[in-house]
Amino acid sequence: MSNVRPASSAAPLGDFALRCSGLQRYLGQGDGRVHVLKGVSFEARRGQVYAIVGPSGCGKSTLLYLLGLLDQPDGGDIEINGQRMSNSDDFARTAARGAHIGFVFQFHFLMLEFTALENVMMPMRKLGRLTAPEMEARARMLLESVGLGAKTHRLGTQLSGGEQQRVAVARALANQPSIILADEPTGNLDVKNSTLVFELLTRLAKDNGQAVILVTHNPEIAQRCDVTRPMRDGLFV
Amino acid sequence: MSPNFRIAFRFLTAKKRAMLMSLSCTVLGVGLFIVTQATTSGFEEFFVKTLLGTDGAMRIEDRIQDTLRSMEVAGSPDFQIRQREGVKYIEGVEEPQMIMDTVRSFANVRGVSAVLRGNVQVTSPFKTEDAQVFGIKLEDHRFVSELERKITTPEGLGKFQESAATALVGRVLADRLQLAVNESIVINVRGESRRFVVAAIYETGVRDIDKTRIYIDLADARSLLRKPTGATFIQISLHDPNRARQEAAHLEEVLRHSVRPWQEREKEWLSVFRALSVSSAITVTVFTLIASLAMFNTLAMIVLEKTKDIAILRSMGYERRDITRIFLWQAAIVLAIGAIVGGIFGAVVSWGVSLVPLPINTLFKTEHFIVALSPWHFVQAITTAVVMVMIASLVPARRAARLEPGDIVRGTAQ
Repeated sequence: MSNVRPASSAAPLGDFALRCSGLQRYLGQGDGRVHVLKGVSFEARRGQVYAIVGPSGCGKSTLLYLLGLLDQPDGGDIEINGQRMSNSDDFARTAARGAHIGFVFQFHFLMLEFTALENVMMPMRKLGRLTAPEMEARARMLLESVGLGAKTHRLGTQLSGGEQQRVAVARALANQPSIILADEPTGNLDVKNSTLVFELLTRLAKDNGQAVILVTHNPEIAQRCDVTRPMRDGLFV
Repeated sequence: MSPNFRIAFRFLTAKKRAMLMSLSCTVLGVGLFIVTQATTSGFEEFFVKTLLGTDGAMRIEDRIQDTLRSMEVAGSPDFQIRQREGVKYIEGVEEPQMIMDTVRSFANVRGVSAVLRGNVQVTSPFKTEDAQVFGIKLEDHRFVSELERKITTPEGLGKFQESAATALVGRVLADRLQLAVNESIVINVRGESRRFVVAAIYETGVRDIDKTRIYIDLADARSLLRKPTGATFIQISLHDPNRARQEAAHLEEVLRHSVRPWQEREKEWLSVFRALSVSSAITVTVFTLIASLAMFNTLAMIVLEKTKDIAILRSMGYERRDITRIFLWQAAIVLAIGAIVGGIFGAVVSWGVSLVPLPINTLFKTEHFIVALSPWHFVQAITTAVVMVMIASLVPARRAARLEPGDIVRGTAQ
């Protein structure tokens, strides 16, 4: 695998937005129970873009959901900005997601009854750090930065796939999270839009000092990341 | 506007048809609840008002006498105590004037009238009927009944007031005896007959009264019934009839006579009205039940359709309770609109029903549906809808909140 530049484990704690060690995860029940993650450890620095690659079913997405606190590990530790989260309750994990993590999913997951502007404002409204005019100004700025300044009032249904994904990127950045997690963010897009979305993610993350961790099948995208971590059978190889 | 409310509103408006179904059932449930309660209360209030206007708010009937027994103390026949064992009722009021003077000193008392009652037979040139004479002093009885306003003949009470041996006859009895004003009747009691002239005909609207009662002067009644003193009962009207129970208890303590408030006197009919009210409320609550089922269905559909939205909201930091609230807000929006529109619908339909001709001439007499709208009807209707719809909404709301975002994005959410 080319362009693999593992992050230094000797880096000071303050540089790491996210750390996990010995993550275990089983999925399914009874005879169908599968050991998906077999003690995965991983670190992500601010301002770096990480690609997790590997064949389907190797545990990439499961790892991403655990890192994003959307799922609970069966073993191991997760730290978000130095705060141990693996044993925390749902309330703490939800609060951490709102404040520190931004998600971009493969299938956009825009709320289609809402405009692009409202979709981007939604995480800000929940966090409640900004006033309503400040939220709107920031949402407009983010949509502008992803090239959708002219389409702020379009509903999700009135946007193309590429545009929806760009709105999703803007929404992931809304609360200025320290970590962006992207699950196949370009998997559903054509080449032009894939490049556009990837460049957006990396540029904005670098500008804001955010750690970007993306799961991808696209080798070109993976090659352009700062760090590529290949996975197989529930472990980094 | 809270973020949860904003999301709830958009979710709801995205399911217009299902939402309108829930809304229309809520409107019907609230509206028809109000209509049925207003009509039942209308008839009940009319009945109570009629009876209060005829028989007063309270009646002092029988004298209470304690019955005593003696007990020996410590086995000594020389020392005994007397203990109250029970009460005995002695029929009628022996000293009506004294009782009336005492009763008039109570602040809530509007009027007091002694009545002497007796069973008689009344004969007209056409036929003979059983009846009851009520001996009254008109100047007293005016303050305890609306008899004056119930006179249906143009002569009014003038002749009854001025002339002896005159009678006021109920409309139904007069019709049965084919009587008109100034015609004679013979009242027979215990083999003795007296002739009276019909001074006026009254109609209370309560059939039982209008077909049996003949009002005559108290002095004539004493002579006819051979009761020179005493009264059968004393009729009392109150400024606030709703305090009749408390006043009756107080008077009974002071006067040592049994005092029956109208609520006790008419309790059989009042319980019939209560049963009717409850039964009609239960019937129309079916609409509210359908509304709650429709709401459950709508929300369950939205939960199924919006699992990805729930996942993305959870990934943005929306808590489980936010998801619950988003779905409960949807129910609350439907309830709020349903309560307002249903309330207006109920009020308009109640007004419309009051115009519907409905000749009743049995228990009481009316030409139209009687409607009595009360704020309580609105409160009851809306409370019923709120309780049922919110309970029905809790299930899908909690189900939505329990969804694990990781399972949804992985596609394994149940």
